[in-house]
Amino acid sequence: MLDSQTEEPILNDETIEEELEPTDLEDAVDEPERIVPAIEFRDIYLSFDDKKILDGISFTVRRGETKVILGRSGGGKSTTIRLILGLLKPDSGQILIDGEDITDYTEVEMMEVRKKIGMVFQEGALFDSLSVYDNVAYRLHEQGVAEAEVEIEVRRMLQFVELEEAIDKMPAELSGGMRRRVGVARALVGDPQIVLFDEPTAGLDPPTARTICELAIKLRDLEDVSAIFVTHEMNNLEILSTVYATVNEEGEVIFEDEGEDICLINTEIIMLKEGQIIFSGKDEELAASKDEYIQTFMRGK
Amino acid sequence: MNAIKKNLFELQEITNLIIFAFIGMFKRPFYIIDLIKQMDLIGVGSLPIVLLTGFFTGGVLILQTFPTLAYYGGQGEAGRAVATSLVRELGPVLTALMVSGRIGSAISAELGSMVVSQQIDAMRALGTDPNRKLVAPRIIALILMLPLLTVAADISGIIGGGIVASGLFNQNYDVYVTSVRNGITVEDILGGIIKPLFFGLIIGSVSCYKGLSTTEGTVGVGRSTTSAVVLSSIVVIIFDFFLSRAIMTVFDIKPI
Repeated sequence: MLDSQTEEPILNDETIEEELEPTDLEDAVDEPERIVPAIEFRDIYLSFDDKKILDGISFTVRRGETKVILGRSGGGKSTTIRLILGLLKPDSGQILIDGEDITDYTEVEMMEVRKKIGMVFQEGALFDSLSVYDNVAYRLHEQGVAEAEVEIEVRRMLQFVELEEAIDKMPAELSGGMRRRVGVARALVGDPQIVLFDEPTAGLDPPTARTICELAIKLRDLEDVSAIFVTHEMNNLEILSTVYATVNEEGEVIFEDEGEDICLINTEIIMLKEGQIIFSGKDEELAASKDEYIQTFMRGK
Repeated sequence: MNAIKKNLFELQEITNLIIFAFIGMFKRPFYIIDLIKQMDLIGVGSLPIVLLTGFFTGGVLILQTFPTLAYYGGQGEAGRAVATSLVRELGPVLTALMVSGRIGSAISAELGSMVVSQQIDAMRALGTDPNRKLVAPRIIALILMLPLLTVAADISGIIGGGIVASGLFNQNYDVYVTSVRNGITVEDILGGIIKPLFFGLIIGSVSCYKGLSTTEGTVGVGRSTTSAVVLSSIVVIIFDFFLSRAIMTVFDIKPI
């Protein structure tokens, strides 16, 4: 994890006490809202007709943490994200966003909650009839923000995803990877503190998929964003749980692998099987798991 | 779910859609630009086909009725027959059916594609209510445009009838115009404008509902489009009977 103020990586558990100054601990106490999880699921059940989709799911996503949700197709991964956005309602249980119980919120109340959340859809879900500029500016146009401000924000977001040159293009003119990146830019407008990725690398070639993962890493390490990253691709998991972003002396964002000195503690994994969590923990623990399903999933056979 | 339950559920959902769309109209932001775009698409875009349909319907009415009227010596009333038929019935119904085919299918296909490609979910995730942004402008545009299109179809039909009457049956144009003027009343015109208001509501709400309830990918889009056109056309024709009866009662309109 990176400290958002200093943009320096926070070290692993063994070195953390040595490295933290007393003032750092005082700062943590000064920010009590950081103790409240960004997202919390409490015993969520959901069925469609007779089919159980989620069967007693509970987990939390801390601030600045990325939770990778793994599992086979139809295992309830995307449903989890739809529940957070209020696009679906659970049969029972509680969902909390920033400590606020949103389970029984109406559509009107959810509109306010959704302003805090950015969502990156599987295929980008860009509005076909709008240009890249209008897609990214969508939320700001809806809020009636002045056009000069909108343009500054849109350009900032497109720079973040390195797609400023595509500002006037229509979605149909973009490649699959570019569409996803525009989707990321659109999700980040308004600087949401929670971002949800729903299989954003599905169907992309490995270098493009890595680019999308690096965007998620930048958000996690440099913007202190809490995220859920739904995927079934092990490559994504490896990148997200071993690579961190930092800023070099020239002010450029660089990506480095964790090593002996630095171990990422801000990425955890959940594995779903038939609507239940069968694993929750770090990537090293997942790799060491003896569970047959997990081993099969990881090896692909 | 049995058929009755399914139909009742659909009726409830369509009613909810209409209620939420209309309630949303009075909340900010107002989607005026979207409304104007839809009015242009529905009104201006449908004008050529509606004018053509009206023109040839008026023409064929004269073609079929003139010989019969002449047999009884009533050819002087041919204009009245065309005008009354068009203004009371054929104008509103044919316009609604044409618009249902052209616009109902387009609305359903567009919204269905947006559902399938998760654009509707994206819209909700970005804090926009699709009922207000997509459904309300389409329904309101249909309610506003359909009466205007109907009037255009009526006029075009009367002109078409006049051209056939004078061109094929050598009827004096003044006789035809006088017969038209004597034939239609203010009540007929009002009735002919009230009906399309309801037809617009029916086409808009059915098409939007069918589009938004699309499932099963691109195959589902085709299915939604077909059922939107079929259902809205049938409902328009059924409603036409009850509306005609209600209008005749309210305005005390007598048969020809």
